[in-house]
Amino acid sequence: MRGEEKDDPMPVIAPPPAPSLAPATPAAGARRVPPRPLPLVCKLCGTPHRPAASATCEECLGPLEPAYRPDRALPDARTIAARPYSLWRYREWLPFDGDPAVSLDSGFTPLLEAPALAARLGVARVWVKNDAVSHPSLSFKDRVVASALNAALGLGLDTVGCASTGNLANAVAAQAARAGLPAWIFIPHDLELGKVVGTAVYGPKLVRVRGTYDDVNRLCAQAADRYGWGLVNINLRGYYGEGSKTMAFEIAEQLGWRLPSAVVAPMAGGSLLTKLEKGFREFAEAGLVEGASPRLYGAQANGCAPIVRLVERGGDVLEPVLPKTIARSIAIGNPADGRFAAAAIRRSGGWAAGVSEEALVAGIRLLAETTGVFTETAGGVTLAAALALAERGRLGPGDEVVLCITGNGLKTVEALQGSLPEAPIIAPRITELETLHGRDL
Amino acid sequence: MAVTFSLPTVLARLADGQATLEAGGATLGDVVAEIATRYPRLAPRLRDEAGGPYPFVTYYLNDEDIRFRQGFGTPVAAGDQVVVVAAIAGG
Repeated sequence: MRGEEKDDPMPVIAPPPAPSLAPATPAAGARRVPPRPLPLVCKLCGTPHRPAASATCEECLGPLEPAYRPDRALPDARTIAARPYSLWRYREWLPFDGDPAVSLDSGFTPLLEAPALAARLGVARVWVKNDAVSHPSLSFKDRVVASALNAALGLGLDTVGCASTGNLANAVAAQAARAGLPAWIFIPHDLELGKVVGTAVYGPKLVRVRGTYDDVNRLCAQAADRYGWGLVNINLRGYYGEGSKTMAFEIAEQLGWRLPSAVVAPMAGGSLLTKLEKGFREFAEAGLVEGASPRLYGAQANGCAPIVRLVERGGDVLEPVLPKTIARSIAIGNPADGRFAAAAIRRSGGWAAGVSEEALVAGIRLLAETTGVFTETAGGVTLAAALALAERGRLGPGDEVVLCITGNGLKTVEALQGSLPEAPIIAPRITELETLHGRDL
Repeated sequence: MAVTFSLPTVLARLADGQATLEAGGATLGDVVAEIATRYPRLAPRLRDEAGGPYPFVTYYLNDEDIRFRQGFGTPVAAGDQVVVVAAIAGG
């Protein structure tokens, strides 16, 4: 199974039939028929809605979610294991009738064990869920965009887009380009260069907005209302968010169809935490895994930690903040799912932690030095938060912990400027190397 | 001159289809109260039972989230622009 280390002693299920690799896109000129998006239902009041580019309940303005048929046929572990290595191997838990038409190869990223981190945290075992190498744009946003673009096509929308802190911009731009869909992408004006270039290169209509992500988000809410575009995290949000569940599904499968005791994930809008909870629950309800659901732990930078503060404070009223952190990808001061993420964390028996800028940079370096995974700032926040939680006794010696690493460090190299030793420059002479030999560089 | 009050489509249908309204008052709360009186079906989606902002909308006064000011107690002046946005968006 891809994602396991060769010498991993994990129990392995009976060998499935050999899966095939997922094609990235259908052959040219052979575009598939788009899948039919499922109807929607309000998460709060239960009002049903027809399939639509709408994320808000017309009755109570609560969030809409796909309504799955409870009597649908579900696959067993062997059937899933035989399918192509992509998030679509879990298609019965994704919000469509019919096969996906685009973004066929996203998902199924590696899960690698990190014994050095387990020792550092003082827990039994640690794994890194490595979405830093997600296809095609190197972040977990590939998962949600794969779902949202199929919804856009199924709803007959001809333009897509998003409000983004960077990773989502990359994912929408890349996947829309492959799908042949025009894309309007809105980002804060001062994002990291890697995030901007990693969007612009795909040729979308890229707009930089003076203000924070929350300002961008407000503009996009109005734009979706006015122009009818499929803005993936605005009016396609009900379909988009379901893609995040596949991270939970993959963790369970890659551990040998079982659950870890704790999962640590970064929080921006808060949706990922809620979808991890939902994904683990759905696999348990399907009989694919047994035992207690993992305790969920949320991580934010102290410079933008409204969900951490809500978990600490209790209640369900989130107080927005003005972000001030280098962890730009999770710098959302007014997170839409903040109250739901806090509730999911509390239900699971988990907690949340905020970390300093220095700690998150140290987290990036520690992850790289112990696992060979180079993560962006959000990943540094995740590892730093895990260290803080372990120090406070929230993670213990019996725990098996998964760290959700959601993005790639090459996108945020600015964060490491000044924190790494400067490499010496020498002439190509062995005598000059002799002067360095034996020195601590 | 009054305060301009913009609604998303999902709320405009509760205000006889009007996406832009005008109202007056000394505070944002006054403006909301006037609109709520004019459009009773819209009222419960603007204010909660305690009279505060309904939790699934966000109010912006001249582009600033009112939670960074004084909420419904924020003073308003003629020509100000209030934008109401459904809160479930983004991330």
